[in-house]
Amino acid sequence: MTSEASAAQSEVTYNYDVVRKFTVMTVIWGIVGMAVGVLLAAQLVWPELNDILQPYTHFGRLRPLHTNAVIFAFGGCALFATSYYVVQRTCQAKLWGGPLIPFTFWGWQLVIVLAAITLPMGYTSAKEYAELEWPIDILITLVWVAYAAVFFGTIVKRKTSHIYVANWFFGAFIVTVAVLHVVNSMAVPVAGMLKSYSMYAGAMDAMIQWWYGHNAVGFFLTAGFLGIMYYFVPKQAERPVYSYQLSIVHFWALISIYVWAGAHHLHYSALPDWAQTLGMVMSLILLAPSWGGMINGVLTLSGAWHKLRTDPTLRFLVVSLSFYGMSTFEGPMMSIKTVNALSHNTDWTIGHVHSGALGWVAMISIGACYHLIPHLFNRKEMWSVPLVNVHFWLATIGTVLYIASMWVNGLLQGLMWRAFNSDGSLTYSFVESLEASYPGYFVRFVGGAFFLAGMVLMAYNMYRTIEDDKKEAAPAAQAA
Amino acid sequence: MDINTVRGLSTVFVFLAFIGVCWWAFSPKRKKKFDEAANLPFADDEQSQQSARKESEQHRGE
Repeated sequence: MTSEASAAQSEVTYNYDVVRKFTVMTVIWGIVGMAVGVLLAAQLVWPELNDILQPYTHFGRLRPLHTNAVIFAFGGCALFATSYYVVQRTCQAKLWGGPLIPFTFWGWQLVIVLAAITLPMGYTSAKEYAELEWPIDILITLVWVAYAAVFFGTIVKRKTSHIYVANWFFGAFIVTVAVLHVVNSMAVPVAGMLKSYSMYAGAMDAMIQWWYGHNAVGFFLTAGFLGIMYYFVPKQAERPVYSYQLSIVHFWALISIYVWAGAHHLHYSALPDWAQTLGMVMSLILLAPSWGGMINGVLTLSGAWHKLRTDPTLRFLVVSLSFYGMSTFEGPMMSIKTVNALSHNTDWTIGHVHSGALGWVAMISIGACYHLIPHLFNRKEMWSVPLVNVHFWLATIGTVLYIASMWVNGLLQGLMWRAFNSDGSLTYSFVESLEASYPGYFVRFVGGAFFLAGMVLMAYNMYRTIEDDKKEAAPAAQAA
Repeated sequence: MDINTVRGLSTVFVFLAFIGVCWWAFSPKRKKKFDEAANLPFADDEQSQQSARKESEQHRGE
């Protein structure tokens, strides 16, 4: 770079330190969370694995640890890292907030460690994806308010006139998750620090829980990761997003419809019938804005498809969009009451969740990390690009094995449970459907192990990229 | 006015809002502005490289 150019730009230096920390922790928590997941999958094949260290290693205690670790530790760190990176770069401003910035990092890590301690000990509020007890909930709220202050503070001091669309998605994710978390976590503490009961009762509690639960999917796992998509897909494909106008329309449509869809988790429950039907209709409408984002991301590659042949990072990003399209088609279908009568409480639901979680959320995070790591540590590329490619195939095959086996299991269970004899008695006992599920459980375990193996390769590749002494200075010409 | 009339009308309002957003986004007047906005991810490449280099030099110095 010429001295003239560097003088003109020296006024803005970005804060990459916090982005580095969150990026490294994304990979580490990914391995931890997925390893617990593989253990759980193994427990369903070999139940004696529950007894490694009872009661702490019981399925019922490790399952919330798995979901919290992959969603809030792995996914959360990926969102912190990418949002802090993207907001600085598209606003051309250094992060605002001073001590609040390290507080969001260390505070979030403390939340994760506290979750990893309290959940196996059996402290839980028993609300899915919101199991943590109230003192930890208060810490989450403090960290989240600091996060919002840092993010929006940076947007306020931006040097660009326009707020790039990725920041709109990150902003909606931060605001909505704050509202969801505070409302759903309202609880009455009893008997000291670590037991509480929800402030709401009965069907109302269930509705609030799934208004929270579905929007954790809609805003934490969708809006936030669409923010990642809108920066890293154009960046890695080296061309602007296909249609900026479409991104605006599908943003407003997505955030105004998602909040209505939660009732589809409570089909055929004590929830009033009209509320169930409303949830179903809103879920069907949701297909349109979801596919708006998917189409916009995929078509960004038009004219650049050849890059997929040589760039495994771009492959991660594009395949994640295919899985996003698939699971946002599957979701509305499963919300139709007649389909739900077959799929409810079966492994189909688990397959659907992982099609989104492994295929969409994890793959786009992994792609974003492979883009970020060389940029953050001033390297030309990852230490080993072929290893990125191996990771890509392990992740893809692992996801396909996982979701295909759960589809088979789900249909099998749903059909066996609803089969009647001519005299009206059930054809199969529950245990018979469980026995029939064993082959699927084993394939699921293998698929999960593939995915985990890919993450371990990623950690090694990241370590070598950061530590390698043969530092290749990134050529200034690359920017042109 | 009956509360259910308001509920029914809210659907109409949301529909009008959607038409409004579409009109605002796709109006030819704003095309140029959005094209510029779409290029924001590429606007600061050199600055970012400088940040990464400066900080990694600091790390080496430590």
